[in-house]
Amino acid sequence: MSIIRKIAAVAASRFLTIYASLALLYLLLPILTVALFSFNDPIGRSNYSWASFTFDNWLTLFRDPTLVSAVGISLRIALVSTIIATTIGTLMAMALVRYQFRFRKAIDLFVFLPLATPEIVLGASLLTLFVTLRIPLGEITLILAHVMFNVSYVVVTMKARLAGFDMRLEEAAADLGATPWQTFWRVTFPLILPGIAASAVLAFGLSLDDFVITRFNAGQVQTFPVYIYLKVQKGIPPQVNAFATLFFVVTVSLVAIGALLQRRRANLKP
Amino acid sequence: MGMIRRHPALVPLLLLLPGLVWLVSFYLAPNIQMFASSFWSGTLESGFSFSFSNWTNYTDALGKYQQQYARSIQYGFAATLICFAIAFPLAYFIAFKAGRARSALLFLVVAPFFTSYLLRTIGWRTILGDDSIILGPLKAAGLVDPAARFLDTPFAVIAGIAYNFVPFMILPIYVSLEKIDRRLLEAAQDLYATSWGAFRRVTLPLAMPGIFAGSLLTFIPAIGDFINAELLGNPNTTMVGNVIQRQFLVDRDYPTAAALSFMLMVLILAGVALYGRLLGTDELTSKAI
Repeated sequence: MSIIRKIAAVAASRFLTIYASLALLYLLLPILTVALFSFNDPIGRSNYSWASFTFDNWLTLFRDPTLVSAVGISLRIALVSTIIATTIGTLMAMALVRYQFRFRKAIDLFVFLPLATPEIVLGASLLTLFVTLRIPLGEITLILAHVMFNVSYVVVTMKARLAGFDMRLEEAAADLGATPWQTFWRVTFPLILPGIAASAVLAFGLSLDDFVITRFNAGQVQTFPVYIYLKVQKGIPPQVNAFATLFFVVTVSLVAIGALLQRRRANLKP
Repeated sequence: MGMIRRHPALVPLLLLLPGLVWLVSFYLAPNIQMFASSFWSGTLESGFSFSFSNWTNYTDALGKYQQQYARSIQYGFAATLICFAIAFPLAYFIAFKAGRARSALLFLVVAPFFTSYLLRTIGWRTILGDDSIILGPLKAAGLVDPAARFLDTPFAVIAGIAYNFVPFMILPIYVSLEKIDRRLLEAAQDLYATSWGAFRRVTLPLAMPGIFAGSLLTFIPAIGDFINAELLGNPNTTMVGNVIQRQFLVDRDYPTAAALSFMLMVLILAGVALYGRLLGTDELTSKAI
């Protein structure tokens, strides 16, 4: 009986490993495809089937000025909206985690609502507002929109980080005569910095990749995803795959470096 | 500084203010405006006018597009089920079996978010293509009917949606599994529970909040999605999202589009409220990420 059980347990564990590997493969397969096809030399305009290997797409990365400008616009919007969203989101998270006040639960729920609203509704409702107020669509409206959806993500991420914060460290600083300002910059800020960095990376990525909300509020502005969308019918140039692969490699490296730095810091602690 | 010291209660208010102003202006106000727009009549050229008698926008829209609504709900459910089937074993593996590789594997789970959503979806066109790297050999080996098509079918749309949102299912389930006190499982074994028994009566109930949060976070974007239906489907797989975006951006029929999106929003908020009742909102908001 117990032998059968052991065999069943081993089989179950093997099965789990295989299943998990397949699930990961499913997650990564499209990324690998995107990267692989940045080295494709497509026949005709569509880059869907493999023809032959080439480095050309990487060497001619900046050939299409529309594509280069789209990438530039996307990076600019992502940078500005990330800075704003991370700042105001972190402040909000601090208020929600550290203070007791009336309507705290209601505000908590309100901040969560944009995450529970489909993107298409977020984008469409903003468009009706801008149209009604006759605000011209463009980069500014995109930044307003991107900050809006990113604030909620930052608050949720920062709340989780702040919940584990040891408040006694701040009390100790105050006991040692630090002003609240000094305490914040010398104790609190360095400790929450990894959380802020994680939120900022998340916000930057979400902004860079946003298509749905952007599509509604971009007017004539072409961001990187909008450029891709407009090219779907005519065929997406393989340089797009190269840019996407580049973004992926850069973000993954940044995250990996961040994780390593944090681990080293953790190891340095006695 | 002086004022803050005299009124410490102001501190949380000041911290909240910028974010609240932003969310009220660009989340709440737009939704109110959208609700108002759903009672408009007229066109973009002639101008819109508001009247409560235009509530027929809702019945007209629902009558015209009920099929797309039904399809969105169906596809959303199917995709959520597929996500669960993929996510639970993977989250379980990462939480209980991965050891030191845990954070690396978790990173691989969110890695898709770091490349373009549109390109990844288009990537499925390459993968599911009739003679693709995967289907080509399978068809040649006779394992798949050579005439079978996956691209431009409901199957491709549902698979695409499931693929795009599965990380939202994996992460909350992982968080709830990872938090389980291992001693509870040892206790169950000491009390002669089989491993299946321990799983069913200890692990699964404790993972429930994660499963609930994950299915909600998957279902919401799934039901409102239009990219997958547009890039991987055919004209008979259009979802309510496709209709909304066409009405807003091509036909410029704002009243109908606003009515459609408002109904979608109400449908989802009703779902969230129901979940909130079952779980408590704090549970929901804290498990989200």
